[in-house]
Amino acid sequence: MTNTSEDMEISLLLEAIHRNYHYDFRGYAMASVRRRLKLARDRFGFRSYSQLQDHVLHDAAGLNAVLSFLTVQVSEMFRDPAYFRAVREKVIPHLRTYPSLKVWIAGCSSGEELYSFVIMFREEGLEDKTLFYATDISADALKKAELGVYDLSRIAQFSENYQKAGGKTSLSDYYTAGYGAVTFDKSLRRRVVFSDHSLATDAVFAEMQMISCRNVLIYFERDLQNRAIGLFSESLNRKGFLGLGAKESLRFTKHSDDFADFSKDERIYQKTGGA
Amino acid sequence: MSPVHVKAVVIGGSAGSVEALTTLLSVLPEQYGIPVIAVVHLPPDSKSLLADILQPHCKLIVQEIEDKTPLLPGHVYLAPPDYHVLPESHNVLSLSAEEEVLFSRPSIDVLFETAADSFDGKVVGVVMTGANEDGARGLKKIIDAGGLGLIQDPATAYAPMMPRAAEAACPTAKLMTLSQIGEFLTHEVSSCR
Repeated sequence: MTNTSEDMEISLLLEAIHRNYHYDFRGYAMASVRRRLKLARDRFGFRSYSQLQDHVLHDAAGLNAVLSFLTVQVSEMFRDPAYFRAVREKVIPHLRTYPSLKVWIAGCSSGEELYSFVIMFREEGLEDKTLFYATDISADALKKAELGVYDLSRIAQFSENYQKAGGKTSLSDYYTAGYGAVTFDKSLRRRVVFSDHSLATDAVFAEMQMISCRNVLIYFERDLQNRAIGLFSESLNRKGFLGLGAKESLRFTKHSDDFADFSKDERIYQKTGGA
Repeated sequence: MSPVHVKAVVIGGSAGSVEALTTLLSVLPEQYGIPVIAVVHLPPDSKSLLADILQPHCKLIVQEIEDKTPLLPGHVYLAPPDYHVLPESHNVLSLSAEEEVLFSRPSIDVLFETAADSFDGKVVGVVMTGANEDGARGLKKIIDAGGLGLIQDPATAYAPMMPRAAEAACPTAKLMTLSQIGEFLTHEVSSCR
């Protein structure tokens, strides 16, 4: 089958998922969607995307399985330690001046970045005056984030990152280990609101002082990136901070004028105009 | 032989491939009309200096890929550490942090397979030295889609495992030395943009 007809079937499948279930992947970067759907199709043993579409439309379990392929859930705590070090050393001194804070972890996946932020804010004495919003489109991911349980095999990497990011104690102070997994302390969730939110279809819900959205926009095509950054711009107060992934930038996006470089190498931006 | 028309050249290598890539790229002329995209396995936490290392030996502009970097002739695009590279059919490069493939991120297979899809087979894949089997599956996909496969002759490779795996998966691919690959890309391949 040619790519054109295959791409047509893929776009019909995405349209069907949107019409029926309101998950909107139509603005996602096609190369990755094509690859992820091919993995899903092969896993189910279907020959075509039309068969996969039939499965998705008539079986909610089919939908969930396809969603787990389409939503990439790979993260680690304190991923890119230099980013977290920059937040700690450069951004937090500004955030201290606010009487209360709202921080949005957009596309929080299974919570690794969220816990990294809460731990850092606790160590800097800001946790009690901060409300963290952790949002994702995947119900499965949000459930995992709320549990805060991670495979023991990942902890060495998390700990190394934590130390490199300027951690003040030992990461083991924040979790208990057992049965091949670690469970992060539930007190870390005291100031966290978990919520289903789509950067593709939902609106702004609060005024933030900082938004961290890392390795989420890479899965979007340019228009959807513009929409998401528009939401961030609208949501941030003047001089609020936006942190992106190490290889993401606001260059070439529609809202680049709303922001100035704050910590260039770490992709931390500061909102310039607005309220 | 009439030139093969392609939209991109994709190159992959692992152990020994920084030197190999240097040799290969030094052959390409300044006005080379086809964008070149390369995945070289590097440690994930390395701040990549590869572009700085290669640039003095290469007449094309060498740059590390950022998300949605536009593909242009006269450029060599390098995968950043810890991200997969996925070319889009409208000639930009997307990045992805999804799972490692064959313990690799960036993965040569992901680059090659995606390029085969997005460019509808109008692509040349090059597998160089390496001590694992990444690239073999991707090169087969490129050839199956109508593209062209070139493999560094394992006898001349620093680590022959990767070219051997590619050779086993793609019996019709051509085996060449690195400078022959460079010459072939210069004279036998042209742009169809």
